[in-house]
Amino acid sequence: MTACLKVEGATKTFGGLTAVNAVSFEVKPRSVTAIIGPNGAGKTTLFNLISGALPLSDGRVLFEGVDVTAEEPEAKAARGLIRTFQLVKLFPELSAVENVKVGFHLRSRGGLLSALLRPRWVRQMEAEIDGRARELLDLVGLGTAADRPASALSYGQGRLLEVARALAAGPKLLLLDEPAAGLNADESARLASLIRRIAEDGTAVLLIEHDMHLVMNTADDIVVVDFGKKIAQGAPDRIREDPAVIAAYLG
Amino acid sequence: MTSSPSTTLREAARAPARGSLRGHAARAAPWLIAACVVGYALVVGGYAATVVAFALIYAIFVSGLNIFMGLTAQVSFGQSAFAAIGGYASAVLTTEYEWGLLPAMGAGLAGALAFAFVVGYPTLRLKGHYLSMATLAIGLITYEIAVQWDSVTQGYLGISGIPPLGIAGYEATTDRQILIVLSVCVIATVLAVARIRRSRVGRAFAGLAGSEEAARALGINVARYKLLSFLLSAGFGSLAGSLFVHVVGYVSPEVFSLHMIILSFTMLYVGGIGTIAGPVVGALVVSVLPETFRAFRDYQDLAYGTALILLLIFAPRGLAGLFTAIEEKRSP
Repeated sequence: MTACLKVEGATKTFGGLTAVNAVSFEVKPRSVTAIIGPNGAGKTTLFNLISGALPLSDGRVLFEGVDVTAEEPEAKAARGLIRTFQLVKLFPELSAVENVKVGFHLRSRGGLLSALLRPRWVRQMEAEIDGRARELLDLVGLGTAADRPASALSYGQGRLLEVARALAAGPKLLLLDEPAAGLNADESARLASLIRRIAEDGTAVLLIEHDMHLVMNTADDIVVVDFGKKIAQGAPDRIREDPAVIAAYLG
Repeated sequence: MTSSPSTTLREAARAPARGSLRGHAARAAPWLIAACVVGYALVVGGYAATVVAFALIYAIFVSGLNIFMGLTAQVSFGQSAFAAIGGYASAVLTTEYEWGLLPAMGAGLAGALAFAFVVGYPTLRLKGHYLSMATLAIGLITYEIAVQWDSVTQGYLGISGIPPLGIAGYEATTDRQILIVLSVCVIATVLAVARIRRSRVGRAFAGLAGSEEAARALGINVARYKLLSFLLSAGFGSLAGSLFVHVVGYVSPEVFSLHMIILSFTMLYVGGIGTIAGPVVGALVVSVLPETFRAFRDYQDLAYGTALILLLIFAPRGLAGLFTAIEEKRSP
């Protein structure tokens, strides 16, 4: 089976600082891969390199066997590589369901003319998008908040909304940057089962997470980074006992 | 808005109120006010009709500005340039070259869109203040061209004898006819903007307005939609410019000076930026308000200024937002 995502020697330097140093790993289809590491280890920078938010200093990113290293974020998104953000980036003026509808951009069509004329196919498409957006909100447990403005949601709800919005874009690989931060135990447990379900439905998931409970319960494969370098990779059971990981975490 | 622990209960109570009579009334209120002002002008005619006619032309211009500044959250100080292109194209082509009204308007529109494309393509890659400065320059340069290009624009003298609005032999010459034609144009503009807002294109605008980074991560081509938004607002600007010269019958560079930008910004913020009704209500209120203070004589400007400040303090989201804010507060 070819890898869904292949990162080869990804490197990012800011001036003299090497934030990400020759990190390589693969994400298999239908799997959940977690990137863990202490604060400042370079996890989010690595994410930005994969999603295209930052250019790589060196190395390559392959998505479904295609070299996408130099592609812009929107081009990567069009291939099915969709991310969420560590600092939630919602569209605050819009309601929750409208936020999710924006996520359907890649999976809907229509330009200015169809917007003005609003032919039957547009009305049908809009009705379908509305229905599916509400289904996605139900899926993440925000069904009752669908018509509230995004700015009125709690921090945890905002995170879940971002996941729903990302799912609307029909990802083949979903990148989640600390999805459980700010979630209460209930929401976190719900998120864990949601992540498993997303993977089983055929979308590979790559996540950065500090909540070890969530990571151990959801991940098939764990990549551990410290000081910008990959120090270990493997199944949760192996990582738990890896001496390098224990050293990094306990100092 | 802060979320209190009791929000879930409050939400449950509020949810059905969304489609309620009061909710509809709150949304209809700005339109009713606008209809009353136009209706009054239709009945009274004369000077009131002239003031309201200008307001309606501005309503179209500001609706266009609202697409770029409200729906897409960008800043442009140069929209007067597009009104100038539309206005001068209409003026020159109908007087000097004796074109029909619609072809001249179409030529102005094409010119404005072409100019917006040439200007927007490089400048829309600029962010924040840089974009504002670049657009300000466009407005000022266009004004200077209108002043200096004597052979075509006749400089400060201006062009007079521009034919009135009319299609296929029917001409709008009386105050009331002009008001009706302009009202139809405003309704068409408002419907167009409303449809754009609730479409896939409108959602892309809202996405890049909320967070460019998040919009790109969802596959929205930010540069392209910014340009589209800019072109749309230039298009409405050009049409407003054309309408203006046909209604007045005369055009000079002063029409498209910095004053136009300041006035349209005031209208946009007083009416409610980002709302559909805002530009229309704002254009009408800002045009009519100084007239209602005429009795204050020397203190007219002072009263007008005070009224604007009070409006912005008590209705920071603009008049169109004020009604929905009151409605939300009332429903428990």
